[in-house]
Amino acid sequence: MKFLNQAIAVTLLNLRNLPQRAGGSVVAVVGVAAVVLVFAAVLSMATGFERTMLLAGSDDTAIVLRSGSTAELNSGLSNDQALIIANAPGILRDGDSPVASFELYVVVDVAKRSTGDQANVPLRGVQAFAIDLRHNVKISEGRMFEEGKNELVVGRAAQSEFAGLDIGNEIRFGQTSWTVVGTFEADGSVSESELWTDLRVLQAMYNRGSSVQSVRVRLLTPESIKELSDALADDPRVDVDVLSEKDYYAGQAGPLSQFIKIVGYPLTILMAIGAVFGALNSMYASVSVRGKEIATLRALGFGPFSVLISTIVESTLLSLIGGIIGGALAFAVFNGFRVSTLNGASFSQVVFDFAVTPDLLAQGLLAALIIGLVGGLFPAIHAARLPVAQALREL
Amino acid sequence: MAETLATLQGVSRVYQKGKERVDVLHELDLEINTGDFLALMGPSGSGKTTLLNLLGGLDKPTAGTVNVGGAILSSMSNSQLSNWRATHVGFIFQFYNLLPVLTARKNVELPLLLTNMSAKERSRRAEIALDIVGLADRASHRPRELSGGQEQRVAIARAIVSDPQLLLCDEPTGDLDRATADEILKLLQTLNAEHGKTIIMVTHDAQAADYARRTLHMDKGKLEARTTA
Ligand SMILES: Nc1ncnc2c1ncn2[C@@H]1O[C@H](COP(=O)(O)OP(=O)(O)OP(=O)(O)O)[C@@H](O)[C@H]1O
Ligand SMILES: [Mg+2]
Repeated sequence: MKFLNQAIAVTLLNLRNLPQRAGGSVVAVVGVAAVVLVFAAVLSMATGFERTMLLAGSDDTAIVLRSGSTAELNSGLSNDQALIIANAPGILRDGDSPVASFELYVVVDVAKRSTGDQANVPLRGVQAFAIDLRHNVKISEGRMFEEGKNELVVGRAAQSEFAGLDIGNEIRFGQTSWTVVGTFEADGSVSESELWTDLRVLQAMYNRGSSVQSVRVRLLTPESIKELSDALADDPRVDVDVLSEKDYYAGQAGPLSQFIKIVGYPLTILMAIGAVFGALNSMYASVSVRGKEIATLRALGFGPFSVLISTIVESTLLSLIGGIIGGALAFAVFNGFRVSTLNGASFSQVVFDFAVTPDLLAQGLLAALIIGLVGGLFPAIHAARLPVAQALREL
Repeated sequence: MAETLATLQGVSRVYQKGKERVDVLHELDLEINTGDFLALMGPSGSGKTTLLNLLGGLDKPTAGTVNVGGAILSSMSNSQLSNWRATHVGFIFQFYNLLPVLTARKNVELPLLLTNMSAKERSRRAEIALDIVGLADRASHRPRELSGGQEQRVAIARAIVSDPQLLLCDEPTGDLDRATADEILKLLQTLNAEHGKTIIMVTHDAQAADYARRTLHMDKGKLEARTTA
């Protein structure tokens, strides 16, 4: 108890002095702030991308692709196969017809608003149930395309990122000309990066006959996916993979977010090592500035333990202040920062927002805490071991 | 009639300065009685501060025993010495060593944080100590709002607040003008005569030494007794 009271007393004293030594602490604070800023900024890319991909997926919707295809782009199904799939068991029906959409997409070039560079954007042909099949999609402006016409509805993210996609615009892709008639929202999910049109029109314009790439269906319940995939596995006329929409998108998000993490964590660790040296430096300086105070307190009978604790608390506190500054900056600058990137799985652009999540901020503060503890430990031991008689002499 | 408070027997203190050996104190013997007021004089580098540090448990001898009030300081661990200092000795430094962020009262209270006293009791004792040194009306001033003499009074109050038997002063008037120095020295005399404190005071100033009951001269780590007029 007495130990603790001593430690608290010396720590409080030390913190009262801190403002007068602020200059020397700046290096430590800035170093840690930079670490947390970079950490949160880099990883907010991964979380933002994952979030965008995961938001798009639900588990009561299934995507059926040709067996072995990792993505829609390298899948292919005939119209007959698609009909067999749509009428398999486990699928919700609306009256007579299964809740299903045959889909096909191609990649078109559209100029970025910001730079004017051409980027690959998915143009997806869908059927009437496409909107119902995606829980978060709704037409927010204008109207849905009409069947059989060269009309487009465009995702809101695509509209803000790429040029020429405002409602009423005519836009040419290759030989064909399209009219934008509506905008749809999808809670910022990956669908918002797409352009949609009528499947039959797209098939005709791009000479795809009646073939499609995927069949998207609404399951009776999330568990019905087993019934569906078993039935299709037993049917010799089709050879397909059945994935829940959630798993499908998670699989697509994997490689890129993995890559960001593989770069982000080691980068953070490297910077953190730098910040530890910054903290060490500041704390050794601080201990030497406090030398007279420490020696006086020790002469009065305060123990080495209280000096140790006060130094570690100072270092940790400075680090946490740095961490909070870095995290706040990351949040202010990067949260919601919109970018588009090539999604390797679909060879097209995904528009997503950086997400500086509470979880990321907590991890950043934890890193700051560790930097503070490690950077404070050796100076603290040094301070606690200060030979009192000699220290008093030097002042 | 006088009992012995501190005994040094065969005390040597050797510093190692790189490869060089610095023999500061050499087989020194000394007895100090309870109630004594001893002035310690001698040229710079003769080992006065070193001796004071040994008596105050801030440093340990290379050889010999240091006994203060029955405690064998020379064989105590650093943390034992820390605890011992808290209750048995008060230090008074040339440059006061007050903590600038604290008021006079809080500075004086510092040593009491090492006890189990309540905040109220600490504050009461600090007031008493400040009253003894004649600074009751400056209790809430910070060190930079005080004159040098006043700062040294606060430091003296801090040294006596936990009621130690022994006061160790290293050039307590070294930074003060004559008149202020005399006031401080009178205060030390009062503490010695009326409060029964045993005082050992290092000084370069013969006039300051006159306030003591006796003076010891140190030269090259050896003591030679001389009577003062
Ligand atoms: N830590 C140390 N390492 C090496 N030598 C030291 C150390 N501390 C003191 N000394 C030496 O010991 C000698 C005695 O020092 P001390 O401070 O006791 O002298 P002093 O009599 O108090 O001198 P002054 O009047 O200048 O205060 C000096 O020569 C000093 O240089
Ligand atoms: Mg000295």
